[in-house]
Amino acid sequence: MTVGDPEGPKGRFRNKLREKDLIVTVELSPPKGTATEEILLHADLLREKVDAFNVTDNQRAIMRMSPLALSHLLKERGLEPILQLTCRDRNRLALQSELLSAYALGIENFCFMTGDHPLLGDHPTGKPVYDCDSVQLISLARGLERGEDFAGRKLSGVPSFVIGAVANPLAEPLEPQLIKLRKKVAAGIEFIQTQPIFDQEPLEKFLEMTSGLNVRFLIGITPLKSARMVEFMNHKILVKPIPMAVAERINKAKDPVREGITIAAELMAKIKSYVSGFHIMPIGLERELPELFEQAGI
Amino acid sequence: MIISQQKLLPDILQSLDGSDVVVIIGCGTCATQCHAGGEEEVQDMKRELEGVGKAVPLSFVLESVCTTQKTKKELTKKSTFIEEADAILVMSCGVGVQTVAELTEKPVFPALDTLFIGSLRRVGHYEELCALCGQCILEYTGGICAINQCSKGLLNGPCGGSKQGKCEIIDDRDCGWYLIYERLKQRGKLYLMEMIHQPQDFSKGQHPQKITLGREMLKKK
Repeated sequence: MTVGDPEGPKGRFRNKLREKDLIVTVELSPPKGTATEEILLHADLLREKVDAFNVTDNQRAIMRMSPLALSHLLKERGLEPILQLTCRDRNRLALQSELLSAYALGIENFCFMTGDHPLLGDHPTGKPVYDCDSVQLISLARGLERGEDFAGRKLSGVPSFVIGAVANPLAEPLEPQLIKLRKKVAAGIEFIQTQPIFDQEPLEKFLEMTSGLNVRFLIGITPLKSARMVEFMNHKILVKPIPMAVAERINKAKDPVREGITIAAELMAKIKSYVSGFHIMPIGLERELPELFEQAGI
Repeated sequence: MIISQQKLLPDILQSLDGSDVVVIIGCGTCATQCHAGGEEEVQDMKRELEGVGKAVPLSFVLESVCTTQKTKKELTKKSTFIEEADAILVMSCGVGVQTVAELTEKPVFPALDTLFIGSLRRVGHYEELCALCGQCILEYTGGICAINQCSKGLLNGPCGGSKQGKCEIIDDRDCGWYLIYERLKQRGKLYLMEMIHQPQDFSKGQHPQKITLGREMLKKK
């Protein structure tokens, strides 16, 4: 890749995003420790169907390996990373520095978010940073592409990023989140990856409300794998509980993992004609994803 | 006002260990409003110290301990008592404690912990409302401080952790941005929330800060 050359060869994710093909991204978490083998093996298994892998950044404020390292390892294997960057752990110097470092390693895709508060994670006594918020981080990155850092200093070698952010179609109330989403779009994002959804109706409402925004939505999918997981998601993760009908199917299933894959595949098949793509958060079901893609017909 | 709270008595006694004669100074402004260092609390403290065998030859409440010149005058007036004391226990915020500490060579001990800048909602209820950031944007946020009311101090709207108007950190804490949203909506000013705010200038919040007003400003008074 030619650094700073907008005409230079670009990645699969960037091309598909701009050509408006159906996109599939999958979330991978760096290890808590140094063992990357299994994670990379999972990524390898998914090479064909998956356009890019989101690499999480100390997600849920739990300390893990830096997403920069795992993104680089993916890149070395010819796989494409989307580096997630939160505002929790780095000030504006560190954020810009991280973006330039990633770009020098051939990483061009980023997904920005505020980041869960340290109090929710495994280092609750740590100092939260939040020097920038997600909207400001988008502007910061777009500024680097114009050849200047936040302080207005000239860069030697200019990056060209693909920038996305996150949104929750099930947020309640939705309007304040929509206002923030509009700001993210105005600041220059190209894609949104959503929190997981479990039925069609609220998604359709959300897509209708955001139809005027020039941004592509990759819809969050998390296959459920047990009744316990339904409980956990309802209490710890989701704003709105998983629909009763879906929860019932998991609770009654002889093989809840298979059932979870089928439920997710049914939803994907139903909505794939009108969404830009899917963002799969497999939470331990990486090996089942080929089956998910097959059942969903993608 | 500055919200403060009395330290636990055993901690205060431990800090005064070895000081047999103690002068107590309370504060008539914030610490009085906080029921932490007013007349009553100073009298209670005097009784507690005497109860463990200390002598308290002098205990008084200054109008506001943080007004350096006035405090200096009062301490000078009472210098005979202070000269005889082993220690001075100051029942005010940290500013008052430091003011006294620079005016005397006697050991000065704080009896209170200074917590935050806040409002007295009703008797006994105090709430933090200002983060002292030095760049007030309350005109854009419906008079609700985003820096202080949002746990992350975000400037451009709620994070994804906001749930039914509550903060992701503590279930019963309101999401600051939800409060701002509701206030702006109610007042027909939701358009203000669409504005993109740049990152704060933290050079303005450098500590310690000092300001000096020019003569013109002072004449106005």
